[in-house]
Amino acid sequence: MNLHGVKAIYLFEMARTWRTLLQSVLAPVISTSLYFFVFGAAIGSRITEVDGVSYGAFIVPGLIMLSLLMQSVMNASFGIYFPRFIGTIYEILSAPVSYFEIVLGYVGAAATKSALLGLIILATASLIVPIEIAHPIWMMFFLVLTAVTFSLLGFILGIWADSFERLQIVPMLIITPLTFLGGSFYSIDMLPPVWQTVTLFNPIVYLISGFRWSFYENADVSLGISVTMTLAFLVLCLMIVRGIFRTGYRLRP
Amino acid sequence: MESTDIVVSIESVSKTYDTGFKALRDVTLGIRRGEILALLGPNGAGKTTLISIVCGLVNATEGKVTVNGHDIVDDYRAARSLIGLVPQELTTDSFESVMGTVKFSRGLFGKGPDPAHIERVLRDVWLWDRKDDEIRTLSGGMKRRLLIAKALSHEPQILFLDEPTAGVDVELRKDMWGTVRKLRDSGVTTILTTHYIDEAEELADRIGVINNGELILVEEKTRLMRMLGRKQLTIELHDPLAELPERLGGFGLELANGGSELVFTYDTQADRTGITALLDELNDANIGFKDLHTTQSSLEEIFVNLVKRPT
Ligand SMILES: Nc1ncnc2c1ncn2[C@@H]1O[C@H](COP(=O)(O)OP(=O)(O)O)[C@@H](O)[C@H]1O
Ligand SMILES: [Mg+2]
Repeated sequence: MNLHGVKAIYLFEMARTWRTLLQSVLAPVISTSLYFFVFGAAIGSRITEVDGVSYGAFIVPGLIMLSLLMQSVMNASFGIYFPRFIGTIYEILSAPVSYFEIVLGYVGAAATKSALLGLIILATASLIVPIEIAHPIWMMFFLVLTAVTFSLLGFILGIWADSFERLQIVPMLIITPLTFLGGSFYSIDMLPPVWQTVTLFNPIVYLISGFRWSFYENADVSLGISVTMTLAFLVLCLMIVRGIFRTGYRLRP
Repeated sequence: MESTDIVVSIESVSKTYDTGFKALRDVTLGIRRGEILALLGPNGAGKTTLISIVCGLVNATEGKVTVNGHDIVDDYRAARSLIGLVPQELTTDSFESVMGTVKFSRGLFGKGPDPAHIERVLRDVWLWDRKDDEIRTLSGGMKRRLLIAKALSHEPQILFLDEPTAGVDVELRKDMWGTVRKLRDSGVTTILTTHYIDEAEELADRIGVINNGELILVEEKTRLMRMLGRKQLTIELHDPLAELPERLGGFGLELANGGSELVFTYDTQADRTGITALLDELNDANIGFKDLHTTQSSLEEIFVNLVKRPT
């Protein structure tokens, strides 16, 4: 195992974060706070409680997930796309690092960054509404697992994309809608029955449900299903990444 | 002293890109430990493709490459650890510091920190006083040297330099040549690609000529010059000739300098150069001459002759 190599990639990616601290941390915190005020204030005045939790508090886990998913995908995809774009990827490809080590470096850094961001948003939210976390360990488990899984997805996106446009369109066109429709701002059982069924095909439902359960112990789907689905998605992403390196897809002609 | 200790062995390597383009055809080449090998060929010949295969950037379609006995696919860690690569394009980050990016390279290649080595490498490429600067503030020539420093950061035994002086002015080329020689003196095996003949002539111990994806030949530079070098014998005549006498027709002579010189081109490789016969013939024809001198063709001419040869 080339630990020096993993460390080099990881620290390089983290350094990139510090250099762009403003847009990497401040922007998501501000936009989440805005969501929070708009949804919390506007809708919260009409819906006072969902499943026994104040609406303001109810949407916190969904809002954190929204940022977590977006940031994971965007960080990780940019992290690998950019060296491909400017050509510095040559050095990574010529180095004695395995695909697993490359992924560990890039995805590890992207996941660290978005998980930290999730915690920062949580801290920000707790200043606005009282938040209880019933199962802090489970909360961290979902936070980290989601960060890793969606950073992997971002990594795949960054390898697949052959233009900046494609790089940006996937998070906007797929992740954002799925998150909004995945119960960030409502409980699934508030939907008509048909839509409840449709929603179950959205993988993000399971993440948000599990994550919210770790806060308030109420969930749209059972904890076991949430964990299984999240892990299954992680394994799927890992297999795709493995395939990418096996075949050299978009990396080694 | 000729060393035949092969450090990089390339056996029957072919490359067909996804586009269907055949960039390399059955290339076999042994690179000797400690030598400077110049891969000479026009643009698009396949030089970068060959280097990229050895360095792990491109997958070969066929063939096998070993570095110090390690297969580049099955044992890529050991193979790649021994290699440093300076790419053709000036691909660098922008906001990283000079020092930071060199340290990054060392770590990436699995080596622990060694400030003394990093300092030595940066001093060797005259970048020590710029160590804290952001890369984007460097000039093109400095960036090239920075890429060399990055490639040397992990103490490789073999260095690939892909067109190290393409688009570089004369002064910088000379500097670069000095750097390459210094490297060779330190024992690093150096492979450089170039489409400048004088560069190969200046630097290389051996020269490989690539054209259309084929390695046409690999030869000691001196022997290549001797083997393929055509020599020209220039004969300065006492009295200018208006035209070539018929009896001299078989020699392929040319009249030059207003008829006051006869130029005879001959192949040094041939059993008989034909010089004696020519001089006898001149004697018989009563053509007097004042002086004779020979010139050797440059590698450039050799090269042009080679790539003109039908493949
Ligand atoms: N990724 C690629 N896909 C398709 N063709 C390529 C690719 N890379 C290089 N080529 C083609 O292969 C040929 C050899 O290229 P290259 O090895 O870069 O030549 P050189 O370095 O000698 O100039 C060129 O015709 C080039 O267009
Ligand atoms: Mg080239």
